[in-house]
Amino acid sequence: MAVRDEVATPPATGRTGRADARIEISGVTKRFLSPSGEAFTALRDVTFDVEPGQFCAVVGPTGCGKSTTLGLVSGLDRPSEGTVLVGGREVDGITDGISFMFQADALLPWKTVLGNVAMGPMFRGVGKKQAHASARDWLRRVGLAGFEDHHPHQLSGGMRKRVAMAAALINEPSILLMDEPFGALDVQTKAIMSNELIGLWEQLRPSVLFITHDLEEAVALADRVVVMTSGPGSVKAVYDIDLPRPRGSVQDIRFQPRFLELHHQIWTSLREEVERAYARTTGENS
Amino acid sequence: MSSAVGTKAPSAELAAATGAGVRAVRRRRLLVLAARLAVAVVVVGGWQLVTTWGWLDPFFFGQPSGIARRLVDYFSQGDQATEFGSYWVQIETTLREAVFGFVAGAVTGIVFGVALGQNRFLADVFGPYIKVVNAIPRIVLGSIFVVAFGIGETPKVLLAAVLVFFVVFFNAFQGVREVDRNILANARVLGASPLQIVRHVVVPSALTWIIASLHTAFGFAIVGALVGEVLGAQSGLGLVIKTAQNSFDPNGVFATMFVIAIIALTAEWLLTKLERRLLSWRPPAPSEAAAI
Repeated sequence: MAVRDEVATPPATGRTGRADARIEISGVTKRFLSPSGEAFTALRDVTFDVEPGQFCAVVGPTGCGKSTTLGLVSGLDRPSEGTVLVGGREVDGITDGISFMFQADALLPWKTVLGNVAMGPMFRGVGKKQAHASARDWLRRVGLAGFEDHHPHQLSGGMRKRVAMAAALINEPSILLMDEPFGALDVQTKAIMSNELIGLWEQLRPSVLFITHDLEEAVALADRVVVMTSGPGSVKAVYDIDLPRPRGSVQDIRFQPRFLELHHQIWTSLREEVERAYARTTGENS
Repeated sequence: MSSAVGTKAPSAELAAATGAGVRAVRRRRLLVLAARLAVAVVVVGGWQLVTTWGWLDPFFFGQPSGIARRLVDYFSQGDQATEFGSYWVQIETTLREAVFGFVAGAVTGIVFGVALGQNRFLADVFGPYIKVVNAIPRIVLGSIFVVAFGIGETPKVLLAAVLVFFVVFFNAFQGVREVDRNILANARVLGASPLQIVRHVVVPSALTWIIASLHTAFGFAIVGALVGEVLGAQSGLGLVIKTAQNSFDPNGVFATMFVIAIIALTAEWLLTKLERRLLSWRPPAPSEAAAI
């Protein structure tokens, strides 16, 4: 919360004009081959856009291909059909100016906190000294000054998330991909981290593609919520969240009438999918 | 936090509990040490008594006092200690062979392990062959090396290297395969080149496995050097053992075994120090806290 309040409200259009931050996913189908060569469809005909500087959340039942979508945008994977455009260019190879945050820690346990954060610039050829200086600066921004020489296992789950956040943002990405980044945290820590994320996002204004199971989190944070159907995943509905920004802390916004209205509306749509996915998994198990 | 009275009394209580705890730990440590000594006394003393009473023939089974005398002889008689010069020269020869073999085997093992672990195609192609070679009793290769390279130090180094290679290779290979996929994906997205990924992600991650294998590997290096020497050599501890065997001198065999054990333990200690340094980032394992 502290981070949020310090930030002078940035001009909403300050850094949103970066055309390279637009994500356009059109008609994307993704099939995977099992080791024995069987094909399996994870995504079918997925189409949605993320505007530059927009915070877009994707919700959907387990196994609906949400993570696959992120893999396609980052360039770690290719679509079987359709196109993924980032900044108007088709994704081939690792997309430039992108950062990733996972649910599991992607920190290197053998590097110190400082070394982990400095990795981004160093991989891009920045000198060690300069990379460390900017890593120090970022650790201060996420409230971890004084922990530079600790190793990840010495930190709490929330602190490790802060390190991951600093490591993801240090390259000042134009696009931030987040795969249930706070999924493993307890509710209080999750709320604190969400507030800090929004604070940092408002300063840098990258486009965010945020995957979550938690609809409340999605509505509280995002400008746009994409609801996906279960396996194979496709887009069921797209909702624009017109709650004004800055929104204040995510804990408080949950009590606003407009929030409840949107939440209810999206939940009606999501519930069917969740129930369908659940029925399928229990059906398979019996 | 509640009140001053509430915080004072427990601190005295805590100090008392800590004092009792420290005493209990110390008592236990002494007990373990005493029991260890007792085991050594029973085993060595029993051996000595059984051979003195004639239940076992010291001519075949040696005798602790004889072994001790032989050790003193080995280290006090200078150039006359063995037929092939001073005992120190024998130690030096075996150690040199073992260390060269160890380094050569470990380096090639790591390089091949990382390369095959990284490349699925290569791994699929070479996988079965490596399994076949691993199934061969490689110690027999010693005979071939002696025939091919004579009785110098080369065949011993080669044999040690071959034995070490497979241990290290399999561990490096497995270690590379176990690299966390999220970490790899993250490094790639951050813009790491393939070489940077190997250097910053793959090798440090596999290092836990590799270092664990080095402990066993040094033992294998010594075995390789010794077997090579037994098969044919001009100097070395293996040759000392073989000569002692041929002259019906079990005390000589046991004395040399004892020296080899000390060398192996020293190497183990050095490797543990290296491990501590290279893997200092690891959280202390629960077993480590209680050990020794």
